[in-house]
Amino acid sequence: MPARVGDVGAKGGSHVSAERQAERPERRDFLRTTGILTGLLAAGSPLALLAPSRAWAVDLKKLTSAEGATLLAVVRTIAPHDKLEDAAYALVVQSADADAAADPATLALLKAGCQQLTASFASAAEPARVQALKAIESGAFFQSMRVKTLGTLYSSPLAYAYFGYEGEAFSKGGYLFRGFNDLRWLPEVPLEDSGPVPGGK
Amino acid sequence: MASIAHNDDSAVVIIGSGAGGGTLAHELTRRGIRVVLIEAGKRQSIQSFSQVPGEAFGMVTWLDPRTQSGSWTVAEDYPTLPSWTCKTVGGTTVHWTAATPRIRPWEVKSRSTYGALEGTSLIDWPVPYEELKAYYQLAERRLVVTRRNGNPGMPASNNFKVMYAAAKKVGYKRVHTNHMAINTRAADGRGFCIQQGFCVQGCKTGAKWSTLYTEIPRAEATGNLDLRTECMATRIEHGADGLVNAVIYRDASGAEQRQKARIVCVAGNSIETARLLLLSESARYPHGLANSAGHVGRNYCHHITGFVWGIFDKPVKAWRGAVLAGIVEDETVNDPKRGFFGGYHLEVIALDLPSWPLAGLPYGWGRDFASIVEGYQNAAGMFVCGEDMARSDNRISLDPKVKDAYGLPVAHVHVDEHDNDKAMRAHGHAQAEKMYLSIGARRVVHGGTPPATHNMCTARMSANPRDGVTNSHGQTHDIGNLFVSDGSAFSSPGSANPTLTIVALALRQGEYLSRQMAAKNL
Repeated sequence: MPARVGDVGAKGGSHVSAERQAERPERRDFLRTTGILTGLLAAGSPLALLAPSRAWAVDLKKLTSAEGATLLAVVRTIAPHDKLEDAAYALVVQSADADAAADPATLALLKAGCQQLTASFASAAEPARVQALKAIESGAFFQSMRVKTLGTLYSSPLAYAYFGYEGEAFSKGGYLFRGFNDLRWLPEVPLEDSGPVPGGK
Repeated sequence: MASIAHNDDSAVVIIGSGAGGGTLAHELTRRGIRVVLIEAGKRQSIQSFSQVPGEAFGMVTWLDPRTQSGSWTVAEDYPTLPSWTCKTVGGTTVHWTAATPRIRPWEVKSRSTYGALEGTSLIDWPVPYEELKAYYQLAERRLVVTRRNGNPGMPASNNFKVMYAAAKKVGYKRVHTNHMAINTRAADGRGFCIQQGFCVQGCKTGAKWSTLYTEIPRAEATGNLDLRTECMATRIEHGADGLVNAVIYRDASGAEQRQKARIVCVAGNSIETARLLLLSESARYPHGLANSAGHVGRNYCHHITGFVWGIFDKPVKAWRGAVLAGIVEDETVNDPKRGFFGGYHLEVIALDLPSWPLAGLPYGWGRDFASIVEGYQNAAGMFVCGEDMARSDNRISLDPKVKDAYGLPVAHVHVDEHDNDKAMRAHGHAQAEKMYLSIGARRVVHGGTPPATHNMCTARMSANPRDGVTNSHGQTHDIGNLFVSDGSAFSSPGSANPTLTIVALALRQGEYLSRQMAAKNL
């Protein structure tokens, strides 16, 4: 089974390459996938420290590998964070693929969008990709991919780690003693305009 | 907990369990009055609250379909989500950020103070401010509000340190950690704030007041409350005498039920309260209940709101800590020299990372947009919250085409902004920008207007029955045993976050109702 990026920690990183998928259609049918996105986390990446293996793979239920690659490039062009791994972006494509599996209209929209951008989009340089997307910015395909990207990209543990967002706080006792007031580059607020830190000094 | 029979016509039926309905239920039951509390949502708890932002949003948010029109940007940016409120036991007190400033004295006299502004439908409140003030004091004790009654203020978070330094730099004087219904020490049987930063997802220590774990369990403990969850009120019925006598609702299984009532109090938040009154039209009341003067659903107010983010060279980590614990009050004045009537607050705010790019930042994509998101750790945030001007045509109506799961018309929200609204927003954004730049922000980003969290005035109180829907006690002018018990009853929105005022009015209404019932007037 390909390791999904979302559970890369649990799977030990075993994955099936796109080539092997293509050679074994009966297995592909069994998995009910039509495409796959794969990659390697950069060796020095903080994400590589989170994952037991640097290899990742995302299976697609409805989109082809080529369409997946096009959408991956769309997502990266919408939200280009150079040092953020492709693995984080692949999760957005996986979510779009899941939407397509649940709704034929979404599938048609995504397939038509990929077709319009053509297969060369994925390997085009960024200025060309930006230009191609600007030309279709007001259309339903781009707008749905923009919302999908901004609504999904920043929700994964990979994105949390990249942007330094700490997320869930209750199990760690909140931030009361973990830096809610640790800013030191501005003056402290006088007590009369704030209040005492419970249990604080 | 009481079990009140469907054909028992002696109880008060309250629709909605939020700040208004939940508080009123407690006020009546503790005085020995039996109450059926009908709530559309499920019951969550501090144990079930999630700090996965998307999951929490899905658990507690009111997501039933609605439609929109008008010039406000929310209609285009969030076409299916005009407001951001809750569908859960405790209502919007589950996700509120617990800021509890008071409405100001001149704000309850908006018509007298601002005059007959063209394109507005302003009226004064029929409640004298001195009387409102007495109930504010009661409400502040009930909610254990900070910086009132000897309660200490919230400690200063990183985000507030930025606001404070910036405010002082531009000369503002009235800047503090806000009045908050959040415990800074254990009180009221609830825990204290451990600065989680997840106020909006439901407070997992119960430090933040919510009817879910204060008024409602206390009402249940009286033995007089029959709380019915996942029950959606669809119609209020009346008898030949014109008085209301029953509430029709769909239960959790979707089956239709009919609960008889002595008195009905509607507290479904301004959009659903108006919709329910309109849905209850009959031969006798062809335009809906309590609508003989035509004001039900009209004069919808939502506050002038908007995010302003300052991106600095050093970390702020604004997501840490109580979300709204900081305020600048210097602009909360009526000073027409600024180019508009009424005033606004600036309040600190932060959004979790998943919500920030889509809900907090302006429309965008590509390199420039991504570079803003890259600054998430270094971003401080502020929220403009000001008084919008009542307009008759800003209204909730029944959508002629779109139906809900029960085949009933959904609420249609129409909002056109008044020039006064636009001028106020521009001023607030400019002041916030000036503040952040004064202490070295490398960039200031102006976010859009989010879906309305403050929804008001759609069944407003008026001294003259021609001008509104209810009298000063939320009792409808047309039907003596039908009450409005939420922010719908505000005569004008003021600039204060509305919950404290909703609670104050519910405490007042509870007294009035119980006295009237004891005197057999109801």
